[in-house]
Amino acid sequence: MAVEITQILLNAQSIDAATRKHAEESLKQFQDQNFPSFLLSLSGELANNEKPVDSRKLAGLILKNTLDAKELHRKNELAQRWLSLDASVKAQVKGCMLQTLSSPVSDARSTASQVIAKIAGIELPQKQWPELIGILLSNIHQLQSHVKQATLETLGYLCEEVSPEVADQDQVNKILTAVVQGMNASEGNNDVRLAATRALYNALGFAQANFSNDMERDYIMRVVCEATMSPEVKIRQAAFECLVAISTTYYDKLASYMQDIFSITAKAVREDEEPVALQAIEFWSSICDEEIDILDEYGSDFTADSDIPCFYFIKQALPALVPMLLETLLKQEEGQDQDEGAWNIAMAGGTCLGLVARTVSDDIVPLVMPFIEENITKPDWRQREAATYAFGSILEGPSAEKLSPIVNVALNFMLTALMKDPNDHVKDTTAWTLGRIFEFMHGSNVETPVITRENCHQILTVLLQSMKDVPNVAEKACGALYFLVQGYEDAGSASPLSPFFHDIIQALLSVTHRDDAGESRLRTAAYESLNEVVRCSTEETAPTVMQLVPVIMMELHQTLEAQKLSMDEREKQNELQGLLCGCLQVIIQKLGSAESTKYAFMQYADQLMDLFLRVFACRNNATVHEEAMLAIGALAYAAGQNFVKYMQGFYPYLEMGLQNFEEYQVCAITVGVVGDICRALEEKILPFCDGVMTHLLKNLSSNLLHRSVKPPIFSCFGDIALAIGENFEKYLIYAMPMLQSAAELSAHAVTVDDEMLEYTNQLRNGILEAYSGIFQGFKNSPKTQLLMPFAPHILQFLDSLYNEKDMDDVVMKAAIGVLGDLADTLGTNAGPLINQSISSKDFLEECLSSDDHLIKESAEWAKLAVTRAISG
Amino acid sequence: MQNLQRALEAEWMAPHELRRPYKRPAISDQQRRRDIELLRQSQQRSDSQNRARRLASSILSLPDHASPDTAHIDLPDVLDDDYDLVLEQSPELRDASPTARDLDVVQASKLKGSAARHWFARQLMLPEWMIDVPPNLDRDWPAGKRCFVVSSNGSTVSRLRNGSVLHHFPSFLPNGARNKDISAPSHVYCILDCIYHEFDQTYYVIDMVCWRGYSLYNCSAEFRFFWLNSKLSESGACNPPSTYHRYRFSVVPICDCNQIGLHKAYTGSFTFVKDGLLFYNRHAHYQTGNTPLALVWKDDLCSQYVLDTDSKGHVPAQQQVVLELQEDGNLMTSDDHPIVLGFLERDFLQKSGLQAGNLLRFSVIDECVKIVDGKLELGDLQYIGKANRARAFADSYSKVFFQYTARHSPLRFHDLIAFLNPNYHENAENNDIEMIG
Repeated sequence: MAVEITQILLNAQSIDAATRKHAEESLKQFQDQNFPSFLLSLSGELANNEKPVDSRKLAGLILKNTLDAKELHRKNELAQRWLSLDASVKAQVKGCMLQTLSSPVSDARSTASQVIAKIAGIELPQKQWPELIGILLSNIHQLQSHVKQATLETLGYLCEEVSPEVADQDQVNKILTAVVQGMNASEGNNDVRLAATRALYNALGFAQANFSNDMERDYIMRVVCEATMSPEVKIRQAAFECLVAISTTYYDKLASYMQDIFSITAKAVREDEEPVALQAIEFWSSICDEEIDILDEYGSDFTADSDIPCFYFIKQALPALVPMLLETLLKQEEGQDQDEGAWNIAMAGGTCLGLVARTVSDDIVPLVMPFIEENITKPDWRQREAATYAFGSILEGPSAEKLSPIVNVALNFMLTALMKDPNDHVKDTTAWTLGRIFEFMHGSNVETPVITRENCHQILTVLLQSMKDVPNVAEKACGALYFLVQGYEDAGSASPLSPFFHDIIQALLSVTHRDDAGESRLRTAAYESLNEVVRCSTEETAPTVMQLVPVIMMELHQTLEAQKLSMDEREKQNELQGLLCGCLQVIIQKLGSAESTKYAFMQYADQLMDLFLRVFACRNNATVHEEAMLAIGALAYAAGQNFVKYMQGFYPYLEMGLQNFEEYQVCAITVGVVGDICRALEEKILPFCDGVMTHLLKNLSSNLLHRSVKPPIFSCFGDIALAIGENFEKYLIYAMPMLQSAAELSAHAVTVDDEMLEYTNQLRNGILEAYSGIFQGFKNSPKTQLLMPFAPHILQFLDSLYNEKDMDDVVMKAAIGVLGDLADTLGTNAGPLINQSISSKDFLEECLSSDDHLIKESAEWAKLAVTRAISG
Repeated sequence: MQNLQRALEAEWMAPHELRRPYKRPAISDQQRRRDIELLRQSQQRSDSQNRARRLASSILSLPDHASPDTAHIDLPDVLDDDYDLVLEQSPELRDASPTARDLDVVQASKLKGSAARHWFARQLMLPEWMIDVPPNLDRDWPAGKRCFVVSSNGSTVSRLRNGSVLHHFPSFLPNGARNKDISAPSHVYCILDCIYHEFDQTYYVIDMVCWRGYSLYNCSAEFRFFWLNSKLSESGACNPPSTYHRYRFSVVPICDCNQIGLHKAYTGSFTFVKDGLLFYNRHAHYQTGNTPLALVWKDDLCSQYVLDTDSKGHVPAQQQVVLELQEDGNLMTSDDHPIVLGFLERDFLQKSGLQAGNLLRFSVIDECVKIVDGKLELGDLQYIGKANRARAFADSYSKVFFQYTARHSPLRFHDLIAFLNPNYHENAENNDIEMIG
């Protein structure tokens, strides 16, 4: 049945667009008309050593794409399509792929190994293709090294595709044995050794049992460490990647190897090529990540599952680790600050130093200070920059007592350097360091603040001046201003910034207008600082913020007037609109929420709304949409019932947002804005509810929508019900069954990991908020009895939440609140039902004695309502 | 298929990404904006819920005391108008203690001096005066001094209605004395609404606002009385006086509001001198300021003081009222929705040197009084002078009305009884049906 498609595949890669397009269409047609034959043709092409390598590679790629997709729903569809194929077709495809593993052409082998892994990813969980691993393992023992290499690569991909539970321990042992043997120094072929090392990276997740066995773990670690010293750079890099992965997966098993690993990494950092050295530094960064997490957990709540103890590896390695990292700081690249994608050993080393400071706190200070003192005044800019970067890096972690004497001395030096240092790189790092000082050593919660009323003015003068420097320095100065302002958030009218408020705003606005503001993220940084200035404004400075409103509106207006833009210009315009909408959103929040400014501010509401609608009307990217939507939510809140006059114009865009599945964040934010509008308009939202509810219900039943949007949709049901009361009646027959099935799923969800549990709890919270809103909405209406039939299930849901014992505090509060709402709305009619539920007894008791104030408050309310419903 | 070309170019086994953020804050401002908005939304959802719950349980308005552990974020004041009513203070008080408005009971228990006086003066639930028969009724009212009793930090303080200190004493209330046996964690405190009865040196507890730091503000009257009965005796506060317990506490008898209960309350003899009957709506939460959910009623049998007396204990010939002067010359009651009962001319204001916020005493001129649509209008008033300095408030509208009707057409005990008579209800309903038919 296979058809000759070599030429089409070659044409599909032609330089000529028309040829290419035609070929792609033919392929598409072939796929649609006869899918099995299409697959056989592709696999025949890939397996045929007579064919050109380009057509074979593309055949393999298309084959792979028929089996897998990124998007989860599509992925499942493709898997189902493969499984439902005729057994003989599947067998033929698999046969071709396994055969290709011994092809002399390396690209063909590599392509086939990926297709095999994809098929395995679909079939192994279904207990199909049981012979695969056996076949692969027997390949290993072949003499031909290219077959061995392809097979190891296949095993690596396979471990990436398949979850560890699918393979039994016996198979895992065999796979690991084969992989580790392939990595061994005794393996003479470098390609085989590299393939094996890369395969181990993916297979580490399968090795739980083996890492618990001292002998096996010693063996694996010895082989990995040896591989880091291979003469082949790619093998060394892959081996260090394995070490990094081991540091996170098996942190608690590393104690006896740390001495050796330190020597290996130190040598690599000092002597090896950059890609290897970067991995070696990454090993220590990732150990820091682990220890910071563990120590965090120690600090917060000892009852948490901190079953992994801290081994204090960093603290032990400190005397040797810090000098090693400090050395890296002197290896800067010219111009790295202007290059967004730059990542080099100096950057990695400084980042690691910062993590070390967070891990060991005060202990790092005496180890770094001599380096700073020695280098900060040197004529070579590299030394000054390295010293400054070291200083900036250790500002987070050590205590304020330890740091403030040093910072007090350094502050003036830094301010002078920012003005006077001849080197931009030094100035960039200096401004960043000042920002870190303000972030960690300044603010109402800092006991020994280093910023005083006296030096504040000087600091401000330097920063505003520095904002006129080259773009990368000016960007860092804006960032420093952000944290300087933030530190005065709670200062109120006493804020020493108040006298300069107007100047600060003017300076930031001028930055946004610089011709080179598009470089180094400068414009974004300026708007972000402006936002923070607005957030931290006081009643005293509010008039200046008020004057900012027409200015920002005018800017937004101008972006909307621009016509006939090139692609590039359009992208810039989009970015600017996003920033302006973001800024307006912050202003609306600030001025719209205080009684003293609200009235005057709301005079701009019509114009603002008009601008936002015009922003929607442009073809914009998701970020702009999101920003404008958030701004409208804030405006609706401030406008209250008056928002109704914008609804006609806004509604089409609201619908558009609710249908935006692709950019699901836009959808999620729109759902949130529906809630805002419900609270603002109350029953006046009624005319729009049919449309909104239709979209929300559609969204819930769609597999295409990202799952994170579903909990807020349920909450939104509650918002709508609370706003329109008994008018929600007509939606009950749709909403209730959905809530019910989601409730069942979420009550007994198998939560394999923390992320899943968190999602499950978000879902539960959404469902409970929906129930609360619905009950409260129907309260005091003659139609409360419509809710009676749902009561048994809802009470069961609450009971099962209580029994599962895995809800978080937010869910607990919502759940006990629903008990109260149900009792309050249904009253004595539900008395007997409530009386039977565990929720009204044990669960309620537990909540009443909770330490969490909010849970207790909800529980007291529930107790009242329940008592009344039961006693009559 | 259009991505074939791009897919082919992509390296299939990409190196593992290890770039970390460099010289960038951990959270972008955009993320912060989004988080703040989401927080605002969930906060407001929770506020709407709470509001719906309070309305649902037929509570008109409740003090929305912020809990100490509620995260304080820079968000708009979420209270709507209804809530503001509760928190609203007279301008005078606001000026006196600008911070008192936002305090919760924990902070307030630590207040000193005039700030404490003002805060507590606002916190008592002041019954409205009964001018009409309400649907639900409940208990007795000893004559004496209405006060708040607060135990904290090893001592007990009682404060009168106007906020001034009555006694400073040790008690068996939790944390009410420096005594090892009863000492409680230092943050524990209690607030009781009491009547101090001079004759038997006893504090009659009529309500419990807070017990061992546990706020009962949001609990129904029924629940509070239940709690009061069980907890007060547990604490030993009902014991006779001793070194660490200078005054006895006692729970005011609570009778169910039916004919028998009401008769018992009205005619029964108690250890204290009665001063009328206090009716509570059994579902009412504790509420600061004047509330229609607690009503006081008295006549000359159950109270010596049906009609207001002057400082010497005499009943004046004419009814007297105390009203608060406004900027515009209007004279207001102390109600949450103040009612204008009179007016002072500008000339008079200038001559007298009176200022907005002053509490002024007037005589009512009976001939000028009118009742229009069930509302009392006093007409012209005769100015007597400034009210006693100890007064914190003007009279409430219902008190003025009660005093007026007590002088002219009092609400009698049998009116209350008749209302509780089941037949009375039936008759009323039958009448309705006939009238419709």
